[in-house]
Amino acid sequence: MNWTWFHKLASPPHFYRLAGRMTPWFGWPAFLLIVVGLYGGLVLAPPDYQQGDAFRIVYVHAPSAWMSMFIYATMAVAAAIGLIWRIKLAHAVAAAAAPVGAWFAFAALATGSLWGKPMWGTWWVWDARLTSELILLFLYLGFIALRASIDDRERADRACAVLAIVGVINLPIIHYSVYWWNTLHQGSTITKFGKPSMPFDMLWPLLAMFLGFTLYFGAVLLTRLRGEVIRRERDASWLREELAR
Amino acid sequence: MNLAGFLAMGGYAVYVWPSFGLTLILLIHNVRAARRYHASAREQALRRIDSSRKQV
Amino acid sequence: MQTSLTQAMALVYRGDLVLAFRRWEQIAQPVVFFTMVTTLVPLALSPELGELREIAGGVLWIAALLAALLGLEFMYRADHADGTLEQMLLSGQPLAWLVLSKTAAHWTASGLPLVLVSPLLAISLGVPSDALCVLMTSLALGTGTLSALGAIGAALTLGLRRGSVLLSLLVLPLAMPALIFGARAVDMAIHGEVARGPLLLLGAMFVLSLTLSPLAVSAALRISQE
Repeated sequence: MNWTWFHKLASPPHFYRLAGRMTPWFGWPAFLLIVVGLYGGLVLAPPDYQQGDAFRIVYVHAPSAWMSMFIYATMAVAAAIGLIWRIKLAHAVAAAAAPVGAWFAFAALATGSLWGKPMWGTWWVWDARLTSELILLFLYLGFIALRASIDDRERADRACAVLAIVGVINLPIIHYSVYWWNTLHQGSTITKFGKPSMPFDMLWPLLAMFLGFTLYFGAVLLTRLRGEVIRRERDASWLREELAR
Repeated sequence: MNLAGFLAMGGYAVYVWPSFGLTLILLIHNVRAARRYHASAREQALRRIDSSRKQV
Repeated sequence: MQTSLTQAMALVYRGDLVLAFRRWEQIAQPVVFFTMVTTLVPLALSPELGELREIAGGVLWIAALLAALLGLEFMYRADHADGTLEQMLLSGQPLAWLVLSKTAAHWTASGLPLVLVSPLLAISLGVPSDALCVLMTSLALGTGTLSALGAIGAALTLGLRRGSVLLSLLVLPLAMPALIFGARAVDMAIHGEVARGPLLLLGAMFVLSLTLSPLAVSAALRISQE
């Protein structure tokens, strides 16, 4: 199999230019999808018969939660690739993705809390998914903190890669444990995030938001990556030509 | 449906609007932070290239 | 004369233990911490044994977890400082096995004392004596898991300033599943139920962490040593 395209992609100057060209192709569709999704979710979708208009929070909560998990998986895969095949760009992807993922985790927790208050009367419940999301945020913060603590970039990259791999292996275990723990103490209140049964006119804005957020992440990641590439390629000659453009 | 009814969100406005507002703020913040990250990297690199040129 | 792997592992294990027992404070500190934290709970909540018994499982587990965390940063620090770690990396012996030895030694000096002291503390929290066996088993498996997982954190944060706080931040999320099942096991035993389910899961976590963590630790050690 011809791997030249892969090696070209991993070459910083080539990637830098490619990323610059690709960003609008992620950014504008993302913007459109999110706008359309918001309109569909806030205006067009009928209120849920159980949760009323409060259910609309799902249109920001669920995509944020999904992104936080997707980004962590991306981080871990990128870190593993960087560690195993020693591709610096892969480490850059992990570094660039982490803060975005952490913010999404935070958004999922905050919107989850705001959703929970009208539903169950308290600002926080130790619901399985919220608790799992909280632990995911801790994993993100640990990753970011480790990277910040190590001055040598190469060591930081590789140490964080090990951490990300360990984290992603633990994630299913943590997830399962938290669910198991939660079912123990169910009591009478069912604290599942009552996802309303979704007829199509409620569902399509949600799908639009999911896709929109994912493309949004692509655009943000590419932008951050360009910044990473410049910082990591400090004295490379291609940089002079590129920046002179 | 009138504007007032829409904004009231069936009585849940105080939960719905902050949720959407917070998410939007974070979305905007991440875009701006990414661009700033890129821009400051460019600036630093250009400064170094300039100063190394001056040394020549 | 070539040292066999088993000889090397035994050397590492014994060497670490000798060093650990030379410094009594390093063994005593986690134990004292464990005791003190357990004492904080009745002071903060209530002297009623009936009430204490209800939360004893969780309290003992949290206290043991935090006490075990204390000893983690020293795992590789001394070796790193005096060059022994470099020798281990260059020795030609498979690093993961040596790491396993070190982890076992660490547990013997740090986790095992906690396990041995736990019955006394449990009684002070009103735990019935027929729950003590489950308590000790769960803590043995739990502290063992923590030694294995904590080694990863210790290796990653080797030589970093404020490494100990960071180490705790990195290790605690990984330890949460063990905490869930361990505390649950003790709870069940306190209420007279058979705690086999959680104990088996705890055992599974222990085996998993014991087998996989040396690999992560070896990778992390090589990264930290460069």
